[in-house]
Amino acid sequence: MDFINELLHDQNKVSRNLKKLFWIIGTCLFLVGFYGWIVRINDGHIKANYGSIVTWGLWVAAYIYFIGLSAGSFLVSSMVYVFNYKKFERIGKLAVFTALVTLLMALLSIWADLGHMGRAWHVMVYPNFKSPMAWMIYLYSTYMLLLIVEIYFLLRYDLVTSANNKTLKGKIYKLLSLGSKDTSEKSRVRDKKIVKVLATAGVPIAILFHGGVGALFGVVAARPHWHSGLFPILFLLSALVSGGALLTLISSVFQEGWTKNREIVVELGKMVLGLLLLDILFQISEFLIVYRGGIPGHVAGWDLVIKGPYAWVFWGWQGFVGTLIPLFLLTFKTRKSPQWVALAGFLIAAGIFGLRLNIVIPGLAVEEIHGLTSAIYSHRVDPHYFPSISEWMLTFGIVGFGMLLFGLGEFFLPKSYEANSHLSSEVKI
Amino acid sequence: MDKHKIFDRREFVEYLISIGAGSLVTAVLSSGLLNAKTSSIVETRPLNRVKRKYHYGMVIDTRRCVGCRACVLACKAENKTPPGVSYTVVFEEILENRPNDKPVFMTKPCFHCENPSCTDVCPVSATYKREQDGIVVVDYDRCIGCRYCMTACPYSARWFDFGENYPAIEKDTDWSKVPSPEYKQFRKREHEKSPIGNVRKCTFCLHLQDEEGKYNKEEGRWPACAKTCTGKAIHFGDFNDPNSEVSILLRERQYIRLKEELGTSPNVYYLI
Repeated sequence: MDFINELLHDQNKVSRNLKKLFWIIGTCLFLVGFYGWIVRINDGHIKANYGSIVTWGLWVAAYIYFIGLSAGSFLVSSMVYVFNYKKFERIGKLAVFTALVTLLMALLSIWADLGHMGRAWHVMVYPNFKSPMAWMIYLYSTYMLLLIVEIYFLLRYDLVTSANNKTLKGKIYKLLSLGSKDTSEKSRVRDKKIVKVLATAGVPIAILFHGGVGALFGVVAARPHWHSGLFPILFLLSALVSGGALLTLISSVFQEGWTKNREIVVELGKMVLGLLLLDILFQISEFLIVYRGGIPGHVAGWDLVIKGPYAWVFWGWQGFVGTLIPLFLLTFKTRKSPQWVALAGFLIAAGIFGLRLNIVIPGLAVEEIHGLTSAIYSHRVDPHYFPSISEWMLTFGIVGFGMLLFGLGEFFLPKSYEANSHLSSEVKI
Repeated sequence: MDKHKIFDRREFVEYLISIGAGSLVTAVLSSGLLNAKTSSIVETRPLNRVKRKYHYGMVIDTRRCVGCRACVLACKAENKTPPGVSYTVVFEEILENRPNDKPVFMTKPCFHCENPSCTDVCPVSATYKREQDGIVVVDYDRCIGCRYCMTACPYSARWFDFGENYPAIEKDTDWSKVPSPEYKQFRKREHEKSPIGNVRKCTFCLHLQDEEGKYNKEEGRWPACAKTCTGKAIHFGDFNDPNSEVSILLRERQYIRLKEELGTSPNVYYLI
């Protein structure tokens, strides 16, 4: 450990290098994504590997993963703006911005998954409110609008004060400030009030839409692997864990990194640890009930998870990398060092993706009627699913897009949060 | 006394008359309106409440099915379905201790359930149960291809059209130019146009119905699988008609429906 600490001695340099790495990876992934998008737009779904049995694949898993990150990071930000949790003040804006970026990533993923991308607007115009999916679209739209307005009021003061006509940044700030010039203390208090109202309204919306995604799966009685009352709650918990974990990573790399955000990172680590343990508890509960109940349909899905062809996703990815190692990192001495906590955050955030895959695919890969998949010879009627190259590429592309968007935002958006936190200690709302 | 007198007799009579006239007018008008209102209720309610005009379903005799899969082919020929889309499939289940080791063959079209779990989850109401005959259909122009209905169907009766073609169709052959008669829409499967990118399913060959919504076996307007069944195992008909073949079979034979516990109440019965 000392060796690594020594290696990381020049923390600014490490932070700079990490950022460089971030930009390189982001750009590569974004470019790779073009292949996926071109294939998707030219050939439709032909090059995708899901079929009529496993009818949702990587893109849907990516969608519920990203939307979970969004809900999670938004709920963490609400600790600052709703519950006045001062310790996280410095990363509040970062959290809200992360929520917006991951929301866009989620919407892109599910958009690519539609059979007719050009008809996405149908859900707005012809909604069937018996379907959880129709609710989603309205909740996401409200949420996105709310996030944008909240971000505007969070940054308005900073934008106005840094707006000028000389530099590129200044011009961008001027554009983004939407013509507002008010820098008075009164206007800042008003901004804070608006933010508080929006953030408060956002909490039920975030719970609704992410619990709703859980319900979207939970209501499907035809799929015993999904059909559990725990699902909406499990989704919310996993969202909080993944969102919190991602923020741990982000706050130790971005803005001023772990040199300044040390306490926040460690504090977030504690929170994530608690949530992770709760998440594990819920999953064990589900697992025990299913196996002790022993109903074949219920067991079949879990059998696929723990001893199917992709059992390594559960044991290796989700279990060992995404749960066990972070648990160690967050409980032992390493819990006090932001680098290790950030690593734990990264592993947890990556591990939850395995969890999302293990929700979507095993639920579908169980034959609904015994012998069905051998009744027809077609690769579309096959319980075995592994994403195709174009599916991976498109997903990578969305990750790259998210990284670049986040990087740009982080680079361009004003960093004078310290002034703001100074204000918040004086003004009580 | 005078103090308490509110109006004299003449005024009183006039008042009474005006009240009477007013109430008469009101009564006439309102009763007219009420009649109109109730008659509209009376007219519409039975239509909603009454059993639908036709109640189509199938009764499939597992003892007669020999597993030839002619129904699968007939369906393909009728609906021109691409590879990977098969509105009916035949699966087999080997039961132990059965004489002759004959497996049970079951042909499985869409069950057109009474309480379909697929229609409620459609975010855009593109798939629905038709009022007139209970057939569950997909509006290809409305469907966005989210495939939620496929996850919700407990019987895997729905298929996504990925846009693949049989080799014979890929080349420019006469066969490739034949459109599918589904829903009497005669769509050609062209690049990225519906039904490609849509969820597709069995329609009980509703394009063979006449204008009244009736099928006719003698004229050959009958679901392709039932028409072709070599073992005469697939019986199709109207459960609303007590004298139809299917109604008689259900009265006289033992039957099961798949996954009764889900409450979907399928309209396809298996005789055992």
